[in-house]
Amino acid sequence: MVKVFIPRDSTALSLGANSTAKAIQTEAEKRGVELTIIRNGSRGLFWIEPMVEVETSKGRVAYAPVKPKDVDSLFDADFINGGDHILSLGLTEEMPYLKNQQRLTFARAGITDPVSLEDYITHDGYKGLKNALAMTQKDIVKTVTDSGLRGRGGAGFPTGIKWNTVLGAVGEQKYIVCNADEGDSGTYSDRMVMEDDPYVLIEGMTIAGLAVGATQGYIYLRSEYPHALHILNEAIAKANADGYLGDDICGSGQSFQMEVRRAAGAYVCGEETSLLESLEGKRGLVRFKPPLPAIEGLFGKPTIVNNVISLATIPIILDKGAKYYADYGMGRSRGTLPIQLAGNIKQGGLVELAFGVTLRELLYDYGGGSASGRPIRAVQVGGPLGAYLPESQFDTPVDYESFQKLWAVLGHGGIVAFDDTVDMAKMARYAFEFCSIESCGKCTPCRIGATRGVEVMDKITSGTEHTKNIQVLRDLSSTMLNGSLCALGGMTPYPVISALNHFGEDFGLGVNEKEGVA
Amino acid sequence: MADQLSAVELEKIEAHIAVHQGMPGGLLPLLHAIQDDVGYVPEASYPLISKALALSVAEVHGFVTFYHHFRTQPVGDHVLQVCRAESCQAMGSEKLEADIKAKLGIDYHETTTDGKVTLLPVYCLGNCASSPAVMMDCDVYGRVDMVKIAELVSE
Repeated sequence: MVKVFIPRDSTALSLGANSTAKAIQTEAEKRGVELTIIRNGSRGLFWIEPMVEVETSKGRVAYAPVKPKDVDSLFDADFINGGDHILSLGLTEEMPYLKNQQRLTFARAGITDPVSLEDYITHDGYKGLKNALAMTQKDIVKTVTDSGLRGRGGAGFPTGIKWNTVLGAVGEQKYIVCNADEGDSGTYSDRMVMEDDPYVLIEGMTIAGLAVGATQGYIYLRSEYPHALHILNEAIAKANADGYLGDDICGSGQSFQMEVRRAAGAYVCGEETSLLESLEGKRGLVRFKPPLPAIEGLFGKPTIVNNVISLATIPIILDKGAKYYADYGMGRSRGTLPIQLAGNIKQGGLVELAFGVTLRELLYDYGGGSASGRPIRAVQVGGPLGAYLPESQFDTPVDYESFQKLWAVLGHGGIVAFDDTVDMAKMARYAFEFCSIESCGKCTPCRIGATRGVEVMDKITSGTEHTKNIQVLRDLSSTMLNGSLCALGGMTPYPVISALNHFGEDFGLGVNEKEGVA
Repeated sequence: MADQLSAVELEKIEAHIAVHQGMPGGLLPLLHAIQDDVGYVPEASYPLISKALALSVAEVHGFVTFYHHFRTQPVGDHVLQVCRAESCQAMGSEKLEADIKAKLGIDYHETTTDGKVTLLPVYCLGNCASSPAVMMDCDVYGRVDMVKIAELVSE
């Protein structure tokens, strides 16, 4: 029977994928056409969702975007046999947006039915776990270290080193905690892993458990992702039923249990120590470090806290080897980064590429420029705590160190584009406002500084003691940067000061008044 | 003084407490269970929770009020969350927010007089390739304009 694929990813649903699926089902019944609808994950070409694919002898053929009103004519055009239609995009895998990507972490996204364990295994799933089960703990950790994988949540800390610390820590109970509190605006790659290929995260966490001797894993999932919650719970139940989780993983006698815990809408809980407090049933106040969570983490026990993408990249590293992964990338940024194009962009979606691609290539070759058709004036990379970059910096390669040199961050790989109607002073004010709403309140620079920042920005934009208040803005930013306990207060100055330095005219500054960093 | 719990609420809350009492870090999932079931976390439930989980009432209160997701008052039949984050701002969410408030005649954290819709701000729905985004109850909508909002509200 012909297979028709219609995504069940949140973004596809947000653009009407369920109505499209229903219309296709109804029309097929009406015409007596036999077909099987598979609710796959999304390929991440979000600007043309809902994207419907049909399996043909030559491969999958794509039609997009398909609205219910297009369904009748699609049947007339014999789309179930790959027939030509105005919405036809030809073979999916030949579309340049997809063909030119290097999908390692996202190898299966959009191809498989996300909750089908059989599908996962057919498409190379659980090969990494099989290899890991035959390895010593030390060798698993060494493979991760040699791959060069760095924490994809934003901090970029070498994953293997973190694992090694937990491996060496003494404790009768250790934990694997997956940070799925993806709160950064402009990011959705964690959500895509969980909704479009959940078993890869489950496999990655299981391998982490084997590597350091942890028997319990928690996924701390943001409450704004209800679809991800259902899909993860369904996948975990199936993995348990088939012996990929539980007391005897694949007959090895080793144990690993997993549970999803819903977060409750606090941005600061994306910070690892605040997350641990929250998981323990407390307010999400940031902890002092040391002790590191690797030594004293959840309930005081040695804990790996890794981002979704970091953990979801483990299976391919254990499957194909450290060198295979490390051969991608540049400098000290090895492997690939799933980049998320967002905001005012014509072709928004997921672009996984080796480190080294430039912002300009991403914004124009993939993104196709702005959605509004106006010039892209600024991009914010790395979420609400990331710097704003002007057009003159668009040739920067995506690489941790190259961004650091510009006083910018890659963060979680989200890129939000703004056209020339943006008011950068307003964006700077918003950065403070966001910080004031989300501050946990533990340290003074963040708790008080954010509120004072909003006030100073209001004085600057109203022209009150302008020169003086620009200086206050820089001083305040410097205090927050150097005196805050965690990245929330400590990095709020990034968007603020980068906006001031690169777009001073929006702050009422003349050309000669722009200055260096805070 | 908090309103008293109804018999139905009391029964529900006690059942959830029984399930979560022994769970490590059980307060977070317990409050989710209560809010999902009752619609909010009544302040009158704090003494029950604190006793079962060996916490002070102040700790429970501090926890509930720390997290944006939890609320201590009932909401309307539907909850409309509008994304205020950068990606949506880049696609005109500021105007959308103002238009929605004008249409519903309420501000954030308020409920329409007919009790149908509660309006809340949200900071990212992970739908940033299709901004601006809103969430009505558990469903996300992308590339939202006032036509879509009118459709959602009338339904």
